Amino acid sequence: MAARVLACASCHGDKGQGTNDDYFPRLAGKPAGYLYNQLVAFRDGRRKYPPMNYLLEFLPDPYLKAMADYFASEQPPFPPPATPVVSGAILTRGEMLATKGDPAHDIPACANCHGPSFTGMEPAIPGLLGLRTNYISAQLGAWRYGTRTAAAPDCMQVVAGHLTEDDVKALAAWLSSRPMPSNPAPVPRGSLPMPLPCGSEPN
Amino acid sequence: MFSPHFLKNVRSIAIGSFAAVALWVSPASAQSPATDKASIIARGEYLAQAGDCVACHTAPGGKLFAGGHAMPTPFGTLYTSNVTPDPDTGIGKWTADQFYTMMHTGRSPDGGLLYPAMPFASYTKVTRADSDAIFAFMQSVPAVKQQNRPHDLKFPYNNRSLIIGWRTLFFTEGEFKPDPTKSDDWNRGAYLVQGLGHCTMCHTTINALGGSSESAAFEGGLIPMQNWYAPSLTSNKEAGLGDWSIKDISDYLRTGVSNRGAVYGPMADVVYNSLQYMSDDDTRAMAVYLKGLAQGSSPDKPAPPLPSAESSLLLSLGKPIYDKQCASCHGVEGLGKPPHYPPLAGNQSIQMSSAVNAIRMVLNGGYPPGTAGNPMPYGMPPFAQALSDDEIAAVVTYIRTSWGNRGAAVSARQANELRAATLN
Repeated sequence: MAARVLACASCHGDKGQGTNDDYFPRLAGKPAGYLYNQLVAFRDGRRKYPPMNYLLEFLPDPYLKAMADYFASEQPPFPPPATPVVSGAILTRGEMLATKGDPAHDIPACANCHGPSFTGMEPAIPGLLGLRTNYISAQLGAWRYGTRTAAAPDCMQVVAGHLTEDDVKALAAWLSSRPMPSNPAPVPRGSLPMPLPCGSEPN
Repeated sequence: MFSPHFLKNVRSIAIGSFAAVALWVSPASAQSPATDKASIIARGEYLAQAGDCVACHTAPGGKLFAGGHAMPTPFGTLYTSNVTPDPDTGIGKWTADQFYTMMHTGRSPDGGLLYPAMPFASYTKVTRADSDAIFAFMQSVPAVKQQNRPHDLKFPYNNRSLIIGWRTLFFTEGEFKPDPTKSDDWNRGAYLVQGLGHCTMCHTTINALGGSSESAAFEGGLIPMQNWYAPSLTSNKEAGLGDWSIKDISDYLRTGVSNRGAVYGPMADVVYNSLQYMSDDDTRAMAVYLKGLAQGSSPDKPAPPLPSAESSLLLSLGKPIYDKQCASCHGVEGLGKPPHYPPLAGNQSIQMSSAVNAIRMVLNGGYPPGTAGNPMPYGMPPFAQALSDDEIAAVVTYIRTSWGNRGAAVSARQANELRAATLN
């Protein structure tokens, strides 16, 4: 399988560990269902990034599933967390949003769905650690502007729509500065009560 | 006079009629007419695959055959039509006669002229029986209520009467006429390639009027808006298949990979949506016809232009890049590991006078289509993010001029321009 996905390696690393480019995310260890959903969304144009849309355009579902399973099962080491370049106040805001949310603005905590240590939940909610500041902020922006969408109901579109630019900056800075927990595995399916319905994580 | 398939179908209709006669004696045959209809629909589905109807009449992520697929052209954007049997927004009220008239003459039931993005200049060759089968299939798919989106054409192309001029220049109406001096395979292949396959839509130069001239048929050309070069099918210097085996051509068409090369770019779309579904017999027939299109034996290749200071510099820069980035799959000597890692030495697609495809493959990489015959293809990594314009030019120059390859050097400027090519 590694040879078949060499086309992925130049941007995502041979084991899906990511590369030095800020915008090419780590794939390794994310829930297979999440990776599969992204591959299908890129192929069908629901998530827009032309180099990915182009590469996947003519690949059938079972192959995308095999690719997702491959990267989900890889466990390369994590990169060291980023050293934050923002103020302590911004980091505090990021930590609050991630762990407690902001009920006054209808923003649930990231931890509610992505797990108390942000390692994701099987089968399709991704972990949020091991990603770079710019990538996190670009994804939240993409949801706000509609270039990244997921199966309806698109919970992340709702959540991202409630975030301000400053919220995005704070979340990206805090999440990317977190070290990996000792157990990087996603929490089991259905183990977290989700605050809003998500098309890509059927209960 | 028709294809073996057509004759086979005539036979099955004859058998069906016989069964209907037998109904007088044995009520057990009562299902025959329904079975007949089912077999015509099944044949229509197969023919619709041969015509690749789905690729244009289904929008990405949209409902099957409901249209709305955007087709950018130099004249503006066309949106394909809903061809499901919905009576109000699709073709549910059409008759088989009207469908045949549309396929054969490019006129819709209200007499309006179709834009030639619909390949009626090819479909005119389709037989009445095949047109009827396709119509029967189209009427059997789920109806979708979806209004056609108006075309977005620039002045003066938004004036449909201009199509009259286009038709005068580029359209010859008429069903395929078999050549009695050729084999059944050749004739079946010609029927499919010239008709439903509508291969000339890309593999013939499109001129400034958006037409492809019959005298230049299959001579290749740059596909407008897509920035891929559709190689000549008649010149062995490009994709002429004169020295390919029938098996290699058949593998290429149906699985997307072969011992001589893999499909990429728009051809991957054709294999994925259409050619992978063709039968053994039809694939071989197309291969026989396509091989025969190549004129004579491989012509002598022209001597390359004398290496200038730039191209020799590119060559010396290119080899280390090749050895580091490419050789692990394509081999130090460019022999590849066919069919999954195509050979580069002697690969026509790399040496064509247009270097567009070779540069784009290095920039963008690509997967051949996942097909029944090759469900998990190996992919070429993109190098746009890893190599500079100079490095891209150097490695493509090296590949085009090494191991006996006789292509010309490419410049960093060419590489840079193609970074902006539309990907998808």
